Amino acid sequence: MEFIGKLVSYLGQLVGNPEDIEGPKRYDVIRRNISILMLLITVVPLVSMALINYSQYQSTLRREIMEPMKVLVNKAKNSLELLLTNRFAILRFVATAYSYNELADENNLKRIFRALRKEFDGFIDLGLIDSKGIQISYAGPYNLRGQDYSGQPWFQQVQVNGAYVSDVFLGFRKIPHIAIAVQHIDESGAPPWIVRATVDTKRFDQIISSMGIQPECDAFVMNKEGVLQTESKLYGKVFDRPPGIMPPMTYEPFVTERVDPRGNHVVTAYAYSNRSDFVLMFVKPTASVMRAWYTLKSELIFVFVIGVLLIVSAVLKLTSVMVNRMKISDERRELAFREMQHSHKLSSIGRLAAGVAHEINNPMAIVNEKAGLMRDLIERNADFPQKDKFLGLIKAIVQAVDRCRTITHRLLGFARRMDVEMESLSVNDVLKETAGFLEKEALHRNIELTMNLALDLPRIFSDRGQLQQVILNVLNNAIAAVSDGGSIAVTTWDHDADYVGISIQDDGVGMSEETMKHIFEPFFTTKKGTGTGLGLSITYGIVKKLGGDIAVQSKLGKGTRFIIYLPKRAEKGGEASNG
Amino acid sequence: MDNWTVLLVDDEKEFASTLAERLNLRGLRVQTAYSGEEAIETMARNPVQVVVLDLMMPGMSGLAVLETLRKNYPDSRIILLTGMGSVSDGVKGMKMGAFDYLMKPVEIDSLMQTIREAMGKPS
Repeated sequence: MEFIGKLVSYLGQLVGNPEDIEGPKRYDVIRRNISILMLLITVVPLVSMALINYSQYQSTLRREIMEPMKVLVNKAKNSLELLLTNRFAILRFVATAYSYNELADENNLKRIFRALRKEFDGFIDLGLIDSKGIQISYAGPYNLRGQDYSGQPWFQQVQVNGAYVSDVFLGFRKIPHIAIAVQHIDESGAPPWIVRATVDTKRFDQIISSMGIQPECDAFVMNKEGVLQTESKLYGKVFDRPPGIMPPMTYEPFVTERVDPRGNHVVTAYAYSNRSDFVLMFVKPTASVMRAWYTLKSELIFVFVIGVLLIVSAVLKLTSVMVNRMKISDERRELAFREMQHSHKLSSIGRLAAGVAHEINNPMAIVNEKAGLMRDLIERNADFPQKDKFLGLIKAIVQAVDRCRTITHRLLGFARRMDVEMESLSVNDVLKETAGFLEKEALHRNIELTMNLALDLPRIFSDRGQLQQVILNVLNNAIAAVSDGGSIAVTTWDHDADYVGISIQDDGVGMSEETMKHIFEPFFTTKKGTGTGLGLSITYGIVKKLGGDIAVQSKLGKGTRFIIYLPKRAEKGGEASNG
Repeated sequence: MDNWTVLLVDDEKEFASTLAERLNLRGLRVQTAYSGEEAIETMARNPVQVVVLDLMMPGMSGLAVLETLRKNYPDSRIILLTGMGSVSDGVKGMKMGAFDYLMKPVEIDSLMQTIREAMGKPS
């Protein structure tokens, strides 16, 4: 558990929140880390599952396929041994049933041979050899009587073992066959004699074909020296000695996978015969053995690859969406915070300004009254000395008071912007005033600012400060949108009985339908990096608060037109509506 | 009720006394009160037809004084003096039945004019 906890915290650190990286790179790092982490925790278990499944399937399937091969080769070996046992039994019967003298009579032997051939397949010849190795009598295609075998290895062997099976050799009519011999020891104490027969190997081929093997497989018999005793499809003809295919000696049938001398991957099942020097081999190309497995494997791999691709694309997509959301929400939070700070600052300044203005106003009122009283007194006294001079001084004082009044008025005006205060005002004047703020920038960038103001525009009842802000925002946008030397036209008109209209038209970059849809949404901005995305939403809010409406028309590359409708009378929410 | 005396209420003594003297010079009898409470006392002693009332005062506020006077002396005419930037208070005062409101600093002639109107029109 502790380990898991550590792992999780480490992974957490890995994803982390790289506070020390600034700007958009930070989100790239987060995106990369989350992607890597998510890929790790999804793909690693998948891969390990796939690998475990793979190996288990493989071993199971392999067993399922190899076991029948072993059984088959064992059965074939048993048939082969049965055949040999059977042939030995026949020879033993001949040796036991007849006496030496009977067999030594060639006519007798030929009769026995004919009977044998009639009853049993494959007998080529039959002969009697005495204890000194001399062929006493012979029935068969050659004339071998008198042949001396005493020097031959098989003769030695049959004397030691009592029986002998030769390797395959080409004999009569070039048919491959084997020689078998048994020694008969007479109870009468006469010297032992040997019955020898030659049998063709057709029965070997029959045994092999009875295995019913598929065309691409191969089954054959070899002797212990690795010489082929039957024909092999893969490794050559009888008596060929293909190198390197001889399996190690085992007493049980055995299945093994290996690469044969011709470079093929094969599965070999083999069985050593206990009674003879033969080895029965069954060779199957691995490809055919494992065909079912390969099919399954390719399906597995297909599913795995598709799965991994899906996971990767889903992870990347998800991460991207997630990080983008994160980025946007970070930005929004930051902007909202900045905006709040800003408005907080403004409102404190406003309150301070209002306080200062009030405090100064009172003494100024006193100064004003004192000066007024002085003027009253001087004016009422006809022979006041230096009357004109004093009246001039008083006038200067009153003028100075007026200047102060202008200053405090401005300060209060600034403060007043915080709440709606309705007053009767001329929209044209407000427009001219506000445009004045931006004249410098317009001049600097050579922007032509035209005013088509309706002379007969009625005064409306609205909030001057808020209206100024609305116009300032829209004009600012227009100035940002036009290129140097562009033009902006401000038009006013008496729209209908209730509303006046203001249009601010620029020939700037314009905007797409999509942008237009979001233009009044908070935090939507096209001024990447610098815009707060609040200007137009605040504008919208103010216009609505003033009981008006704002609309936008735009075409990409052609320019934008903002139209603002303001009510002539403050019906909605005006504090002073009834004055 | 004294129809030809004006009660001037303002917490700034210098302002009130000077303005009182100026109105005096123009032929008006003027009483001064330097707080809302004092104004109500003075009215109780000697009710007058016209009251010039500053809205921004410490203690009892101008609007409270206005409310009391309107209740006790419905025949009196009350002219409000407001500081700049408090139009809404002035409007509120008008709704409560003030005769008129003027912005400080006020031109002596327009104040005289308003006072004359207040005196001239019997209720």
